[in-house]
Amino acid sequence: MILQAIAFWVFASITVAAAVMVISAKNPVHSVLFLILAFFNAAGLFVLLGAEFLAMILIVVYVGAVAVLFLFVVMMLDINFAELRQGFLQYLPIGLLVGLVLLVELAVVVGGWVISTDATARATAKMPAVDQVPNTDALGQLIFTHYLYLFQGAGLVLLVAMIGAIVLTHRSRPGVRKQNISDQLARDPKETIEIRKVQSGSGI
Amino acid sequence: MAEFWTAYLWPLLWIVIKILAIVVPLLLAVAYLTLAERKVLSAMQMRRGPNVVGPFGLLQPIADGMKLFFKETIIPSGANRGVFILAPMLTFSLALIAWAVIPVGAGLVLSDLNVGILYLFAISSLGVYGVLMAGWASNSKYAFLGGLRSAAQMVSYEVSMGFVIITVLLVVGSLNLSDIVMAQKGSFGMFNWFWLPLLPMAVIFFISTLAETNRHPFDLPEAEAELVSGYNVEYSAMTFALFFLGEYANMILMSAMTSILFLGGWLPPFDIAPFTWIPGPIWFALKIAFCLFIFIWVRGTFPRYRYDQLMRLGWKVFLPISLAAVVIVAGFLVTFDLVPA
Amino acid sequence: MAIDTRSTDLEWDPMNALLAQYLPILIFIGIAVGLAGIILTASFIVARQYPDMEKLSQYECGFEPFEDARTKFDVRFYLVAILFIIFDLEVAFLFPWAVSLGQIGIFGFWSMVVFLGVLTVGFVYEWKKGALEWE
Repeated sequence: MILQAIAFWVFASITVAAAVMVISAKNPVHSVLFLILAFFNAAGLFVLLGAEFLAMILIVVYVGAVAVLFLFVVMMLDINFAELRQGFLQYLPIGLLVGLVLLVELAVVVGGWVISTDATARATAKMPAVDQVPNTDALGQLIFTHYLYLFQGAGLVLLVAMIGAIVLTHRSRPGVRKQNISDQLARDPKETIEIRKVQSGSGI
Repeated sequence: MAEFWTAYLWPLLWIVIKILAIVVPLLLAVAYLTLAERKVLSAMQMRRGPNVVGPFGLLQPIADGMKLFFKETIIPSGANRGVFILAPMLTFSLALIAWAVIPVGAGLVLSDLNVGILYLFAISSLGVYGVLMAGWASNSKYAFLGGLRSAAQMVSYEVSMGFVIITVLLVVGSLNLSDIVMAQKGSFGMFNWFWLPLLPMAVIFFISTLAETNRHPFDLPEAEAELVSGYNVEYSAMTFALFFLGEYANMILMSAMTSILFLGGWLPPFDIAPFTWIPGPIWFALKIAFCLFIFIWVRGTFPRYRYDQLMRLGWKVFLPISLAAVVIVAGFLVTFDLVPA
Repeated sequence: MAIDTRSTDLEWDPMNALLAQYLPILIFIGIAVGLAGIILTASFIVARQYPDMEKLSQYECGFEPFEDARTKFDVRFYLVAILFIIFDLEVAFLFPWAVSLGQIGIFGFWSMVVFLGVLTVGFVYEWKKGALEWE
């Protein structure tokens, strides 16, 4: 138990510290690297809750895909850090306001959990013991049956993301010669290659 | 005091001993893999390979290691120091920690996770970062371009790897690596292993691992003649050695994954007398050696893929095939009621 | 007030058993990073460091680099990364489906086929638009 408590405090404090460093690091690449650190520690916190599938998926999707996207973009853009950080003080009140709104929302949600009368029932429902049904199986049994519409909705969101990304970024470059593999493979050797026997010492 | 020892200290010490029992043979294997590669390649090219340092060249990796150790570590001007040093450390560490979940024998695994295969998938997703950070931090055009291309390549082949892993999971019904190996145990011995029913998937997986580890014929981003060794052009001495070790450890890891998913892990080819005398870990090592031999064989045989051909293969060939295979395998299992409980 | 009373229960063993499997990984991460750090530091200390202007400049086949290392932003990398995210999420949904197919039966199978069908429509769109070309 004591080890779990230590692990919790270590993960939680590093997550918060990394999150603070994300917004205050001078170099944007360092920001993304601190974000990755925050994701790792969040995955550690998920493991402590017994949600091992979610922890691994957090690493696979967030760290392995989303942060890679961030890195690609940040590394390629030539960002002038000094210019970017100039407006910090004038945006501080709005930033604080947004933070306050989020804090109030969090308090409302958590308070609702804690105060509600059927909170115990909700806390213990729908999560079987981890040794009988692993986290992955438990999720699988619910997502594709009870939460079917949400699942299909997620599929549609992904479709929109695909289409949107292509519409926004794809540029066809005119005049670029592409390789057409089927044309190349459909070539008839009789029309393209001629075999000649050459006497040694003489040319063609 | 004694209770503190037995309750806390001794289990921790035991874990550390087990970890060292994984790390030390792994590093030795990586070192001798470099020698094996040179010997096998040279045999294919009708020459001898290293045979000066020690008998049959067996001390060559040690000589190479010592040379790299005593070389000067150069950090180029304008390079981002922290990230520059972090990149090879990351590559090396990732290649090591993936071995925490690999079962080398029945019950012989450091950490028998419920989500073992997902953990391995996560580790290979993270492999992109070492390359990307190295390319960026070197502040050199070749390194940066090589790193970006290498990262895009690794990322493209991960998708098809993921789908192939799903097809294996459909047949097994569990994410645990030991379960995956035990599901291949049957009365037909080696014909029960998944390479036979899922042969196209095994081929796609193996080729994807070639691309994932930036090995030939997909090594354009790090080839000497193309991008002057790409993302690790500015690295010297031990930083280069860490990348090199990390790449070869990754090769061994991918071979281990192929063996577990398709070649039956530690199971003997036939469950009868002479084969069962040989312990499981030896069979596992033999299968890994077999996969590594194919890695090296491919290197000695094929020309290199151009970058756009490589990306075309990953997105337009492997992705549709593996996606279709997921649906076909699942449909087959559901129709004939063969889904594992 | 609903407090989680399970954690003080003596039978809360499954959770501890689960977490006990992750402890070796944590220690392994520490050892691996420590080993890498020791190797680098040892090499740095042992080898003789003679920094020199030529050695520290970037490699450009023997002459001075022409321009800054940052190339123009190539949007194809961005597109590849976005497509990867989408297909990675598809694989993430496929993992629980693959292991629980026995429990969810035909209904679960067809719900996933519809999901994959939706994403295949997107994939065909990408292919036709040429977003998968030359990179």
